Formats: sequence, C-alpha cells, structure tokens
Amino acid sequence: MHSRTVAELSAGLAAGDFSSVELTRHCLERIEANTRLNAFITVTADTALETAAHADKLLGQGKAGPLTGIPIAHKDIFCTRDVLTSCGSRILSNFVSPYNATVVQRLSDAGMVLVGKTNMDEFAMGSSNETSWYGNCHNPWDESRVPGGSSGGSASAVAARLVPVATGTDTGGSIRQPAALTGITGLKPTYGRVSRYGMVAFASSLDQGGILAVSSEDVAIVLAAMAGFDPRDSTSVDEPVPDYHAALNTELAGLRIGVPQQFFEEGLEPAVEAAVREALEVYRGMGAQLVEVELPNLALSVPTYYVVAPAEASSNLSRFDGVRFGYRSESAKDLHELYRKSRGEGFGAEVKRRIMTGTYALSAGYYDAYYLKAQKVRRLINDDFRNVFAEVDVVMGPTTPTPAFGIGDKTDDPITMYLNDIYTIAANLAGLPAISIPCGFADELPVGLQIIAGHFAEARLLAIAHSYQRETDWHRRAPAGF
Amino acid sequence: MSLTRKDVENIAWLARLEIAEEQMPDFVETLSRIVDFVEQLSDAPVADALPMAHPLDMNQRFREDRVTERDERDHFQKNAPAVEAGLYLVPRVIE
Repeated sequence: MHSRTVAELSAGLAAGDFSSVELTRHCLERIEANTRLNAFITVTADTALETAAHADKLLGQGKAGPLTGIPIAHKDIFCTRDVLTSCGSRILSNFVSPYNATVVQRLSDAGMVLVGKTNMDEFAMGSSNETSWYGNCHNPWDESRVPGGSSGGSASAVAARLVPVATGTDTGGSIRQPAALTGITGLKPTYGRVSRYGMVAFASSLDQGGILAVSSEDVAIVLAAMAGFDPRDSTSVDEPVPDYHAALNTELAGLRIGVPQQFFEEGLEPAVEAAVREALEVYRGMGAQLVEVELPNLALSVPTYYVVAPAEASSNLSRFDGVRFGYRSESAKDLHELYRKSRGEGFGAEVKRRIMTGTYALSAGYYDAYYLKAQKVRRLINDDFRNVFAEVDVVMGPTTPTPAFGIGDKTDDPITMYLNDIYTIAANLAGLPAISIPCGFADELPVGLQIIAGHFAEARLLAIAHSYQRETDWHRRAPAGF
Repeated sequence: MSLTRKDVENIAWLARLEIAEEQMPDFVETLSRIVDFVEQLSDAPVADALPMAHPLDMNQRFREDRVTERDERDHFQKNAPAVEAGLYLVPRVIE
C-alpha cells in the first residue's frame, strides 16, 4: 500500500480496495517502525485515526474528494491547532498552536488525514536538518547521510514511504534540495501562490509553502487544494487557481528549455552533471528544444540571500521574547535579561548567527552597504530571469551540486553549507516557481533535476515534469528496505 | 577578522541575545567569515538598479477597518509562561 502514489491511493479508496483507517494505520505503523530516521517531531496517531474514520464515512456516502482520507505530514513550521508546533527550535518546544495555518486548514477541509509533524532545521535555517533542536534526521538511501534541509523530515518521510505526501517550505531551496537528495518530487510555488498565514516566518519576502511527494501528478492534486488567495496573508496573490491535474497532459511540442551555463560550472559533481544532461536529452527526445542561456549574476545569489534573508529573519524572530509564548529563561533578574537569556538559551547557534548577521546588515551605518546593495543585486538577478524567459519557456539544471553529503561533513563552516543552495536560491529571490524531480543516481544516491518557470506558471511546470515522469521511472524508485 | 569581539558583543546586545562566554570566539570567527563572504556584493555592477523588496513588486493591500477576529485571549494565554488576570507577567520594570 505504501508504494502507491496519492493518485493511486485515492483510486483505491474510491474503489473500496481499502479504507482510510487501514491506510492511516499502515502509515502510523511504518512511522513507528522507522523512528530511527527521526523524520517526525510529533505523531498525531489518535486524531489521525479519528479523522480517517470520518473520511471513511464520507467515502461511503459518496461525498469524498480526491484527497479525502489520504494521510499527510506537515513540516513542523505550520501552526496546527492543539498540536505542538516547534519549528525545530527549543524556543517553541512548548508551543501548542492555538490556531491552524491556512495550509493546514485547507488540506484538512479537503479531508486529508494529518499523521504528524516533521523534523526540520531550526526555523528552516539550514540545508541538512542538522540544526534541529530535535536532532539529525537521516536519509533513507544512506542513513549516515543527511536528507537535506530545511524540510528534511518531510523529505525523509516521503522518500521512505512513511507518508505519501508532506508539506514543506522553501526560502532558499528548502523543498527542492531535500527532494533532490532523497529522490522525490518537490515543488516551490510562485511567491504569493500559497498562503503564508500560520507558517512561522523566516524571511517573509522569500518564504513559500509547497509540497514534497513521489510524483508531479501528486503535487498537482495537492497544490490545487493548497493554493489560492487568502485575505489573512497580506502578500497572498488574488489569481485564479487553474486545474493543475487537468493540465498535466498538455503537449510539449515546441517547448523551449533554457540551459544556463552558470548551472554547469566549477563545483558541480561530474556524476550529477551526467544525470542532468541525460534528462535534458530525454526532453530533447520528446521534441523540446535546448537553448543555451545566461544568468550572469547567478554567483551573486548566495551572498545576496545571506544579507536579505538574515535581515528579514532578525526582524521576524524578534517576536520570540519569552513573554507571550515559548521558552522563558528561569534565571532572569530584569526585563532585559529575560529577553537576552530566553533568546540566548532558546535559539541554537545557526539561528543566532543569522539573527546577528541580519542585525549587523541593518544596523546604523551599514544599511546602504549591505541591505540596500543586496536589494539592488536582487533586482539584477530578477532581470536576468526576465530576459531569459523572453526567449525560453523554462530553465533547467541541477538542483544541487552534489548528492547527499554525510552527517557532520559541513557543520564546521557555515559558508560551505550555504553554497549547497547555489542553484536554488535565485528562484526565491525572483519569486519564481521551481520543481525538483528525480533524474537518476550518482554513486547510488539520488540526483534532482530542477525546472524553473515564470511567475504563476505552475500548471505548465507540472505538465513538463509529468511528461518526464511518464517517460522514466526514477521517481518510482524507493530506497532498499522501504 | 573583519569583526572584533567588541563588534560581536555589540551586535548581540542589539539583537537581545546572550552569547555564552565559551561560544564567543566561534561566533567572532564565523560571523567574520559571513561578512567577508557577502562583501563580494560591493563590486556588483548595480549602477541604477531599483532596490527590490518584493518579488512581484506588489503594493501592500488594504482591508476594511472592521473587527473580523473574535476574542480568544484565554485560549492564547495558555501558551504564556506567566499570566495573571489576563495580563502577561514580566520581571519588575519600575522600582
């Protein structure tokens, strides 16, 4: 049952091959049997079985939708009413959310069964899940390696087939990079496509919620329920949500694929490049045209991000003060000490580094040199994409320069870790939708192909990904033993 | 080192973060490396590029000024470390 996609499970439920309670129990048993992966922070077994029983009732009455009774896990960054919402941090390790994020509410309204909350880098700040207060998460393809991050728990859980689909968030690659490293499909929608209400804020001009699943078809089904205007998110965009599933089989004839040479320069592992080049040939074989394009400022995307994101984070994370919710230090003697000690004890080292980087970049005398400068470079990167999309429909390249690295390999030097996101960050800076799909292996570890499209072109993006997944079966490969 | 220990102490104060004494050298070193790394932006050919604060260059949306949320103070305060009579408690501020 667990090797099936959301689409297949949905058909199985509708046909009465199994019930949602059976399916949910199966997922819960697999989560229980694989706790060594540390993919989950919280498992909501009791409420999951209640929701599943209710779903079965709807299925019996013919009132079910395509997602009714399908289990899902949410990244622990999404506020979930009456459930611990830790964001992977000690400072929220006692926070039981009093409300639902819009994403949580919509998927619940669609009848999905929440089985638990997944592990993640603290406040989504990391590329390996190693900054979590709840410990490392493991990659099911090789448990000595990281699953990527920050949505590492969601990626590990879907790759190990513990759940058919999970939510994630992507500020600089946090859905696409772990999807690539664990051999699954991960979509970061256009900025503003999915509501950020109730999604713990890291960098508000970059954060976007999305989906990790086995196939692009599954992503299309879940995105349809998740996307759309939300008056509670002031940056939510009021654009109609197309029928992503119906658009999946759109013809690719005449598709123009931009291949930026900057995606294939120094640092890219040869075996990763080989797998990506082969995927491009598959597209050429399907009638697409490959066009060399330029993203001349791509290398500046990482330093730009490490000014913009920390600056926004330093502001967003000021709300954690030990007064209204979250961890409070016991030893503070006055109000200032209460703030400094609660935050000092509540945040981990990487989160402190980012808050301080941002505080420095925004401090008196440095604003123009760092923050304003970074915003201008962001414009250059955005304009590079605009120029490219005047010529081609999508841009393709690797999602990451290397396959999954070992736990502990990159924790000594933050810059080495940051450079892991060299191919993913630019899409966040420009607000573009991007997907990572499995396209082969390098030394028996999965490799991801990244596809970036223009604003609000998710339907086209998913159709392009789906056409590849009809030709190949990389996305159906599961790690041995799972 | 592009940042001194004193710089980092000042930044930590501005950010209201207590940094343990034994972790200070590591923060001075890693933050200096990050500042050096982002320094490469200084040579970027930005000319008259318009600063970009929002990926879709949207303006902030306005909404009607009317109450839409209900009062859930007691529910929200279940998460508070210390409350009394609906108020959040902090260490004494005025002697």
